[in-house]
Amino acid sequence: MTRPTDMRAPLTLLPLRLEDVVFAVGSRRIIDDVTVTLTAGSRTVIVGANGAGKSVLLRLCHGLLRPTAGAIRWNAPEIDGAARRQAMVFQRPVLLRRSALANVIYALHVAGVAPEERDERARAALRTVGLEALGESAARVLSGGEQQRLALARAWALRPEVLFLDEPTASLDPGATHEIEKVIAAMHTAGTKIVMVTHNLGQARRLGDEILFLHQGRLVERAQADRFFKHPASPEAAQFLEGELPW
Amino acid sequence: MNSLGAAASQALQLIAGGDPTLLGIVLLSLQVSLTAVGTACAVGLPIGAVVAVGRFPGRHTLIVMLNAAMGLPPVVVGLVVYLVLSRAGPLGEMGLLFTPTAMVIAQAILITPIIAGLARQVIEDAWGEYREQLRSLGETKLGAALTLLWDVRFSLVTLVLAGFGRAAAEVGAVMIVGGNIAGVTRVMTTAIALETSKGDLPLALGLGLVLLAIVLALNAAAYVVKESAQRRYG
Amino acid sequence: MVITRRALLATVLCLAALASSAQEKFITVASTTSTEQSGLFGYLLPIYEQQTGVKVRVVALGTGQALDVGRRGDADVVFVHARAAEEKFLAEGQGVKRYPVMYNDFVLIGPKSDPAKISGSKDILAALKKVEAAQAPFVSRGDRSGTHMAELELWKGAGVDIDKSKGPWYRDTGQGMGPALNTAASMGAYVLADRGTWLAFKNRGDLEILVEGDKRLFNQYGVILVNPDKHPNVKRDLGQQFIDWLVSPAGQKAIADYKINGQQLFYPNAGDANA
Repeated sequence: MTRPTDMRAPLTLLPLRLEDVVFAVGSRRIIDDVTVTLTAGSRTVIVGANGAGKSVLLRLCHGLLRPTAGAIRWNAPEIDGAARRQAMVFQRPVLLRRSALANVIYALHVAGVAPEERDERARAALRTVGLEALGESAARVLSGGEQQRLALARAWALRPEVLFLDEPTASLDPGATHEIEKVIAAMHTAGTKIVMVTHNLGQARRLGDEILFLHQGRLVERAQADRFFKHPASPEAAQFLEGELPW
Repeated sequence: MNSLGAAASQALQLIAGGDPTLLGIVLLSLQVSLTAVGTACAVGLPIGAVVAVGRFPGRHTLIVMLNAAMGLPPVVVGLVVYLVLSRAGPLGEMGLLFTPTAMVIAQAILITPIIAGLARQVIEDAWGEYREQLRSLGETKLGAALTLLWDVRFSLVTLVLAGFGRAAAEVGAVMIVGGNIAGVTRVMTTAIALETSKGDLPLALGLGLVLLAIVLALNAAAYVVKESAQRRYG
Repeated sequence: MVITRRALLATVLCLAALASSAQEKFITVASTTSTEQSGLFGYLLPIYEQQTGVKVRVVALGTGQALDVGRRGDADVVFVHARAAEEKFLAEGQGVKRYPVMYNDFVLIGPKSDPAKISGSKDILAALKKVEAAQAPFVSRGDRSGTHMAELELWKGAGVDIDKSKGPWYRDTGQGMGPALNTAASMGAYVLADRGTWLAFKNRGDLEILVEGDKRLFNQYGVILVNPDKHPNVKRDLGQQFIDWLVSPAGQKAIADYKINGQQLFYPNAGDANA
């Protein structure tokens, strides 16, 4: 949810500025001088070939990795020890050996939400993704699609300003994929900034407002989704869209 | 082979007879070893978890020392604990020598490194799977360690059983710090040692079979519980 | 969660149970393996406990070790069988007074085959000389026990410098009487044992008594209260009560009554001033 922009409210996390960000392992640059600003409101989808650095870029933004060079600046940086205002959903959901409800409550506990509030917020989150009936089931015995929905519910319950998603439906069948996309759309409507990496160009078309195209660690093109898919400006993007891009 | 047969029939007689002395010895053995395991877990599991998840100077040295401590010679531990608990020693005032508590202390010292060292390995392996998600949620290192400890609980069952087995099988340390006093600090292993000294080998072997049967039963029970819970939680 | 709670509850109950056993009246007696393994204490102590309500906790070690336990103040009473060591203990001020209690004798055990040809001898010193001359396998306890000290005395008496003559035939095992007998049985060796442990010993193999009856094989037991002035934790009254009972007619009779297969193991002699 976007916070009201009056003087008493805390500053928003966004915009997020990346300036000349480099991520190198040894001498190999996985992210090579990326400069971009992510703003609230639009759904940003990152595409590119395998090994282009999409997942690494996402992790750099979320703070799981530190850049080798360059700067990553949030508008109002998160405070160490305070609840996180961003969340991430991974390709394979990592759930605890507890019930589905307990998994969401755990995330709320880590976020410092008051004990009295946790149960209700968790249930509400499960309702949003359609898992309220499976609340007491062990999370790890749920189907792949249900588990990913649970991961999203967990993120939803935290009411993050930014939600990063790393190929959330890559391991799911079309039916489950559709369910996940519905939830992502709902979160966007509720005001969370979506930043998503995907392999699935159809999904990118469906969900993206703007596209970031990565090629060999460089941000080669950034455009509104419509324009990108119809008239890609760079030759690499054109090749990629035609499926001819070398790894 | 003859004596094994005699031992087996002795063992059956002992179990069927329900001799109160034997019962007392069995109960004391279980009390001492279970308490030692409980203590070792309370101390060792958090240590293992924190070392698995944390990154601090000297971590690798600590891991090597933990692994080495798994092989502490029981009789040396027994001797050191004896000297510490003796009236002439630093903790003599507590009057713990020749009591079951001294035996618990000695066994706990022996198995805590095993519990901590093996837990560290198990949790470090799991940390690779959980790390990004837990950090994403903003979990602290300590919080992550404890959360993981609970989440890998089924894998920990095996190592707790290993610790218990080591404790229950131990004879050197408990002999020294306990004194093998009849009715007070005589446990299965020291009773077996005594009967062997007295030349009553069939009885000693019989007691040995009883001890094996008990440990086997405990392991079987733990396995069943673990398997069914694991199926439930995935 | 349920399982952990149950485990915690069990641990707490166990600890509580362990703690509660420390409420009763008891004394700690450091004694020798010969008194323990012969079964004497198993017979004697229940009688005492019934009469007085005081539990006697016996830690059975070798004489040397038992006296060391007394020196550290970890026992209230020592009950051993090596007069010289006991006198030294008193001279150090570690004990209050020595009371003779009972005696038994040592016997020289050996294989039926008797390589040193000593069977039936009434002269222990001559017999030991023959064992050494024949370099026949001999098992020594080597553990500063009363039996070990007696053995060393006998070698000296036989004119054998055992430190020099020690060869592969002399097996210094560093063990208690029972394990030493086990070892002797399995290697067909000679061994000096106290009669009490021998009578109670079950794994004889083809060992039998070859030399006995020599007055030099006499084995006296004494009991001493550990000095409470040096070790304030010693239970002076309860300890003295036990000693008084051992040398009383009731205690002495109980000692005499202890038999294995109708044979008496220990002979009470508290009244003997020279013992």
